[in-house]
Amino acid sequence: MFEMVDVFLAVGISIGFTILLCLYRAVRGPGVFNQVAAVNVIGTKVIVLLVTIGYIFERPMFVDIALLYAGLNFVGTLVMAKYLERGEICSA
Amino acid sequence: MLGIGDIISIIFMAGGIFFMVTGAVGLLRFPDFYTRLHATGKCDTLGEVLLITGCMIFQGWSFVSVKLFFLIFFIFMANPVGTHAIMKAAYYTGLKPWKKGEERR
Amino acid sequence: MMKRSTVAIFIVMFVFWVLLSACIKPLQGHYDHIRIVVGIICAAIATSVSRDLLITGKEDMTLRKTLRLLLYIPWELWQIVLANFDVAYRVLHPKMPIDPRIIEFDTTLRSDFALTTLANSITLTPGTITIDVEPERGRFLVHAIASKAADALLVDQTMQKKVAHVYMEEGGGE
Repeated sequence: MFEMVDVFLAVGISIGFTILLCLYRAVRGPGVFNQVAAVNVIGTKVIVLLVTIGYIFERPMFVDIALLYAGLNFVGTLVMAKYLERGEICSA
Repeated sequence: MLGIGDIISIIFMAGGIFFMVTGAVGLLRFPDFYTRLHATGKCDTLGEVLLITGCMIFQGWSFVSVKLFFLIFFIFMANPVGTHAIMKAAYYTGLKPWKKGEERR
Repeated sequence: MMKRSTVAIFIVMFVFWVLLSACIKPLQGHYDHIRIVVGIICAAIATSVSRDLLITGKEDMTLRKTLRLLLYIPWELWQIVLANFDVAYRVLHPKMPIDPRIIEFDTTLRSDFALTTLANSITLTPGTITIDVEPERGRFLVHAIASKAADALLVDQTMQKKVAHVYMEEGGGE
């Protein structure tokens, strides 16, 4: 009748719709700071989308991939912020 | 039919989805860069924590739940630091904050 | 021999490996001795690289501070949930009642951990985001979204007092 995999499908579609909403600010936002913030938000939502897809297809390996991508998104945002503040990444 | 643990995890996941949609709507509606970071940096983090907690309750006691707990812990620590870093970069490059009564930027 | 902090970091790294690779019996894992040997080697490499990053040797009474930190976290989680409903109300209201401003205040916290915990708590409770911290004078530059949230930091100062109590520094107010 009403299985658990239907709930995960609905959650996944809602997250996809939310990512589309954030895409407007990533394209339109006046200035580069709005775009960097929107890309950071999209990256955070992709982490949760990976976990949900792992539950839909019944593969527990997707949680490890989500953990790795969380680290990558964090480091990417920090590097962008440092570059926008100083004009260079490492002062050698 | 669904057990009681499944019902509780569905409630957590619904709360998580509500906060994530609120964060995205705030990103569209607010008039300035600093206020948009307010909406996403907090509502987004809490929405994700609630959603992954719902997944943890659904799974039960296993190693996948431990990995999901590490994910929650990491998102809890990393999201505010990223928000603060980009706000500091915008402030020291000269982006002016929005006062009440001005027009949208 | 080796210092106590090195052994502590090695144990933490090894426990993290075991939890990630599922190689012990309880919690539905499979026991596999090759993974445990590889885990010991990788934990040793990671410890030798990052030996003096987390535990610097300048802190004392860390056990009591850790226990007080574990008691501080549930109060903070409750504050986060309560105040996120406030931000959701401000976003979804048709008139959007916001009134942003930038405020600045001093604290008497000086150690790295205490300043970081307070900055993270300020960023997580809705209404305020930390912009900058000066470690010499403990000065915080904060962007607030409404006057109610700004007053909770400037006038009441409950969060500063609680963080000062956790890290056992005196005062906490300006």
